[in-house]
Amino acid sequence: MVEELGTTAEGDLVINIGPQHPATHGVLNLVVTLNGETVKKVEPHLGYIHRSIEKMCESLSYRQFIYTTSRMDYLSSHINNHACALCVEKGLQIEVPERAQVIRVLMDELTRIASHLLWWGAQAMDLGAFTPYFYAFRERETITTIMEETCGARLTMNYMVPGGVMADIHPSFQQKVKEFLLLIQSKIDEYDELVTGNIIFQNRMKGVGFLSAADAISYGCTGPTARGSGVSSDIRKIYPYEVYSKLQFDEILETAGDSFARYLVRMKEIKQSIRIIEQLIDNIPAGDFQSKTKAVLKLPKGEFYQRVETARGELGVYIVSEGGTTPYRIKFRSPGFSNLSALDHMAKGGKLGDLIATMGTLDLVIPDIDR
Amino acid sequence: MVSFHSITDSFKTWLNSTFNPTITIMIESVIVILLAIALFAVLGLVLVIMERRVAAFIQIRLGPNRVGPLGLLQSTADTLKLIMKEGLTPSGADKFLFNLAPFVVMIVAMLILAPIGFAKDFQIWDMNIGVLYLSAISSISVIGILMAGWASNNKYSLMGAMRSGAQIVSYELSAGLSILSVVVLTGSLKLSDIVASQENGWWIFKGHIPAIIAFVIFIIAATAETNRAPFDMAEAESELTAGFHTEYSGMKFALFFLAEYINIFIVCAIASTLFLGGWMPFHIGSFTSFNHIMDYIPSSIWFFGKTFFLIFVIMWFRWTFPRLRIDQLLNLEWKYLLPISLFNLLLMTMVAIMGWHF
Repeated sequence: MVEELGTTAEGDLVINIGPQHPATHGVLNLVVTLNGETVKKVEPHLGYIHRSIEKMCESLSYRQFIYTTSRMDYLSSHINNHACALCVEKGLQIEVPERAQVIRVLMDELTRIASHLLWWGAQAMDLGAFTPYFYAFRERETITTIMEETCGARLTMNYMVPGGVMADIHPSFQQKVKEFLLLIQSKIDEYDELVTGNIIFQNRMKGVGFLSAADAISYGCTGPTARGSGVSSDIRKIYPYEVYSKLQFDEILETAGDSFARYLVRMKEIKQSIRIIEQLIDNIPAGDFQSKTKAVLKLPKGEFYQRVETARGELGVYIVSEGGTTPYRIKFRSPGFSNLSALDHMAKGGKLGDLIATMGTLDLVIPDIDR
Repeated sequence: MVSFHSITDSFKTWLNSTFNPTITIMIESVIVILLAIALFAVLGLVLVIMERRVAAFIQIRLGPNRVGPLGLLQSTADTLKLIMKEGLTPSGADKFLFNLAPFVVMIVAMLILAPIGFAKDFQIWDMNIGVLYLSAISSISVIGILMAGWASNNKYSLMGAMRSGAQIVSYELSAGLSILSVVVLTGSLKLSDIVASQENGWWIFKGHIPAIIAFVIFIIAATAETNRAPFDMAEAESELTAGFHTEYSGMKFALFFLAEYINIFIVCAIASTLFLGGWMPFHIGSFTSFNHIMDYIPSSIWFFGKTFFLIFVIMWFRWTFPRLRIDQLLNLEWKYLLPISLFNLLLMTMVAIMGWHF
């Protein structure tokens, strides 16, 4: 990389942002060409945290490989596990008990809130406000405590298994979630007062990092990044899985296409997740939390694909089976990778500060991109 | 009111009677320099610990509370660590300028202490162009920052230094204009005169709306001049990692760090001197009995109380607001603050000429 750095023929500065940099939230390296403060080119260099999870999955059984996926997008590990479990269930045609389905959706939505909260804090920190990060972590802590009681883990849950969930919910789960819902609703107003309404924050975000709907589609952007440009892409609505088709919630669409639109999408999604949890928390049906499955799972020969909506966008799991106990080939379609590819287009022509703000609104989790 | 005048006077008389005039001045200079360095060190340590505790208070944390009683020795321990660290000079750096830069920034910060009145009759040098001196000296610090950024041979440092240069030079203007509006009211550039003129009320109360506008503009410009968030373009952690002092380590970094805090103290001291009466107690016109009660509080407490209140406000800004972008920062100065302060100066001149102030 060293020979690329320095000054270009036109006298532009070429600087490395990352792999060790406060704004990349991990080991991402951006080689940025700058003309003064103006960004001319952004070139992401990946692979600093590549652990070949897809290759590792090929030697693990259908029960085991799910655990590696918690380490991909570690902020929505429940949803990653969920996608894999759904794909295996699809192959084996396992009926999941309704109780397990509801618990899974509850966990997914709690994860989504936790992930968006952390993103909110990190976004404010990228713009130079340090305090929101601590406020976001305070509320996120409540969720991780709830998760810890039921799943035994705080970050990499490994709670979803083919056929249901690993264990039944903790007796105090429902009550604690209800307490959390009351808490978070008042806190969201506080967040809006502190950050969303702030004039400096709005000036930094509005009109910055514009991504048109056509570009969002052609770069393959999904999740809040695409919905900020007005592209309907909520997998929970378009290809409903589990009990999502029975639930009342809105797909948030903003049409401005700038960083502030993506910000608003995520803030409103927190409220929609709260709405989903409110519908389900009192209506967890009785029954088994796991259906009876064989000790050794063998997917029939063929190809299986399942997509879910993570906090960052569409996660696709593609399994090719030769009929054995381990997958022949696994491919994950991770949301971060496609969203990152649009960064050059979005940041070009803006200032260096805009690049950081735009990168924040993509909500990148680097292990999700590198896998 | 407790006064230092008798102490300093008797000491000076004793020196004059014992030594010849040249040696007297030398001894006095050495004492003053030692006092300034001691104040510098103490203020640095106190302000660093204060910043960390204020940040912790705002961010629902505890902050440093392990080293010494209530964590008060934390910054002493940090300083010891920084002294013992190796002061690296990058191989591509301009060694002379690289090592000179922190001292320039530090010397400037120390020089500005000269005309500030810390208490009644407690002032290092009451020069007749005090206000002019403050604005002149404070603009030298940008040279140190540019020097540091250029000599580091690091692109982040260079960008930080250029940002800082653009920013400090711009905000000097509106800071200077708001200082001028008080000079217009007082009719003197001497800081002791400015303090004395606030005997029957501080200028922020006496000067009507123009004084309040000037005060607000001065606080904004002061925050920008000291490179503090929301105007911390020169450091901009999430953009430039550490800006102009990216390559500095050990004590050379500590000098930049200390100079930043001393500069905060100085701008707040200037603001409290000009607008809040400096060491002058809170007086209401000719309400004599009330004024007498207020006089019982020592003047140094008044001065440091006001200054530390303003420092707290500036810290509050830092931990609340996001950072501006560089073009927004310059827009704010050249499109809003500068025209407003020019108009405000005009208004203030009118108030002063017509005698509308109290």
